[in-house]
Amino acid sequence: MVMQLDKDQLLQAYRKMSEIRAFEERLHEENATGDIPGFIHLYTGEEAIAVGVCQNLLPTDYIGSTHRGHGHSIAKGCDIHGMMAEVFGKDAGVCRGKGGSMHIADLSKGMLGANGIVGGAPSLAIGAALTAKTLKNGGVAVSFTGDGGSNQGLVFEAMNMATVLQLPVIFIFENNGYGEGTGFDYAVGGRDITKRSSGFGMPSIRVDGTDFFAVYEAVSEAVDRARTGGGPTSIECMAYRWHGHFEGDPGLYRAKGEVAGLRKNHDPLKIFRDKVRDQIKASELDKIDAEVTAQVDDAVKQARAAAYPPAENLLADVYVSY
Amino acid sequence: MSTKSYREAIKDAIAQEMRLDDTVVVIGEDQRGGHGGHQPEVEALGGVLGVTKGLWTEFGSERVIDTPITESAIIGMAAGAAATGLRPVAELMFMDFFGVAFDGIYNQAAKFRYMFGGKAKAPLVVRGMVGAGFSAAGQHSQSPYHIFASVPGLKVVCPSTPYDAKGLLIASIRDDDPVMFCENKILYDMKGEVPDEPYTIPLGVANYTREGEDVTIIALGSLVHQANAAADRLAKDGITCDVIDPRTISPLDETAILESVAATGRVVIVDESAARCGFAHDVAALIASKGFDYLRAPIELVLPPHTPVPFSPALEKLWLPDAAKIEAAARKLMGA
Ligand SMILES: Cc1ncc(C[n+]2csc(CCOP(=O)(O)OP(=O)(O)O)c2C)c(N)n1
Ligand SMILES: [Mg+2]
Repeated sequence: MVMQLDKDQLLQAYRKMSEIRAFEERLHEENATGDIPGFIHLYTGEEAIAVGVCQNLLPTDYIGSTHRGHGHSIAKGCDIHGMMAEVFGKDAGVCRGKGGSMHIADLSKGMLGANGIVGGAPSLAIGAALTAKTLKNGGVAVSFTGDGGSNQGLVFEAMNMATVLQLPVIFIFENNGYGEGTGFDYAVGGRDITKRSSGFGMPSIRVDGTDFFAVYEAVSEAVDRARTGGGPTSIECMAYRWHGHFEGDPGLYRAKGEVAGLRKNHDPLKIFRDKVRDQIKASELDKIDAEVTAQVDDAVKQARAAAYPPAENLLADVYVSY
Repeated sequence: MSTKSYREAIKDAIAQEMRLDDTVVVIGEDQRGGHGGHQPEVEALGGVLGVTKGLWTEFGSERVIDTPITESAIIGMAAGAAATGLRPVAELMFMDFFGVAFDGIYNQAAKFRYMFGGKAKAPLVVRGMVGAGFSAAGQHSQSPYHIFASVPGLKVVCPSTPYDAKGLLIASIRDDDPVMFCENKILYDMKGEVPDEPYTIPLGVANYTREGEDVTIIALGSLVHQANAAADRLAKDGITCDVIDPRTISPLDETAILESVAATGRVVIVDESAARCGFAHDVAALIASKGFDYLRAPIELVLPPHTPVPFSPALEKLWLPDAAKIEAAARKLMGA
């Protein structure tokens, strides 16, 4: 598998994961200063899912995301400076400061939006898939949903619709073991998201979501199927969330030492580095990390210095015309 | 009497009713928190913001029921249980999520009694947070109580103080109709005197939080405190105000509102639910239709603009009604 991707592609995948890591870890620090408004949900530990999915997509394909959407947004090509400014509530933000962390979107990049409504993405994604199918443009759509979100009724309805209409859509389930403070094994009846999706009549598999290559391979097959009229696929990606549900969550539902163990044994970036050891020198990856750190640093500096939205923006963009 | 926060008053009300009545059950996401996690004995959350923390420890998993993330089933199940013998207190977390779950309330619980010829009841409380001011953006800041209040069969409660929160919540739990109980998230840490024993505040009785002669200010939830602040500033200039907190939108204490308007002839209605078809418009219509002759000036509405709630604090501040805007509206009515 490692062989199918050329070195540039591997470096690009690593850079995206590194960007997500740096963005999230920096936000963790910045949030402690009290200067970030509202709630933020960090994606650290799940980088290989977003990147493993989006490396298979074209800019014209669509993704629909979750409340934990920074990683998906970066992987799909949203501008890091614009995202950072958005999180800080500034006019230079990708959504002009109107959406914030939980609503980052950029349709020009095929990013249909993070979502404050858990389970919100699958129905939007089948909509994007319907557009692609109707316009016969070969596009595909991907929805991201958590293990917790997998229990929403609308998610089931979207999966059923996708098989009935044979839509070019991929349902990604990010199983990080928890929905807020409730364990997956409590909340998901049958404890098997993959089996549920296959009950709707679509190919469904479970992969290691901390392994970029496992995700990439599964999604690549699903994308081929979708682009050639083969209908939907469901992929459950097992991974871990390193931070609290939101910044500020004391995580009382966790075992002692749980997070330290994740950082040590389930780090998607480390796993990637190990797998490409024979092709890519560690120093090359270190160089990427350093560039990305500088990029995120600059994004924070610019976001902090940027202006808040002017008063007249309050009334702008409710309707296209009125 | 003890000094309690708004959040403690809410928990107090539920706990006391659960002790008195075995059919009262709590249903929602992370009401305990920690099921299936790695700390089997810990009440990890007690609601996402810890409002009901302690209930699971006291009452256990049979009466503090953690659900999957599945609002339509939470509310549908609560409606079915309410019609058949339980008194569920269901939590929607953020009232914004009613969008996911409305059928159980809108087409089911609210209509049982009437549609079944008076032969059913649905003693159900749906708790949830409302209110902007938290930079929680467009899907976690709304106050959709005006939508609830437009549905016949639903009662709608918006407490503004710890004292009211406890008394109104106990009344809501004991009420045989479905009640939408709207907790303003900005108020959770507000402290006030709260009786230790259970008590009720009847639904449909307004509270005068200030009394005066010149202007009637009508407000709900956290905006009651903005209205009080405005009234206190105006009083320094000799303009005195009635501030009326209806406390419940449905039923609405029409008498209290009309009596005050009869005395002052000038009205400011403040609200954050909607710039169109909202609480303020409903009350303005009441006054225009039943109190027109009392009016000495047009009714002033202090409302957010007709936009979603913006995320950036710079815009959200402009969006929300506040004491300064209320004061300006009252001064305009006084011609000064
Ligand atoms: C409709 C709806 N219900 C509840 C919430 C509150 N909420 C936000 S995130 C979350 C947990 C989601 O868990 P999961 O889907 O597993 O995603 P994760 O946070 O683990 O990435 C909940 C309950 C919400 N935002 N929207
Ligand atoms: Mg999860």
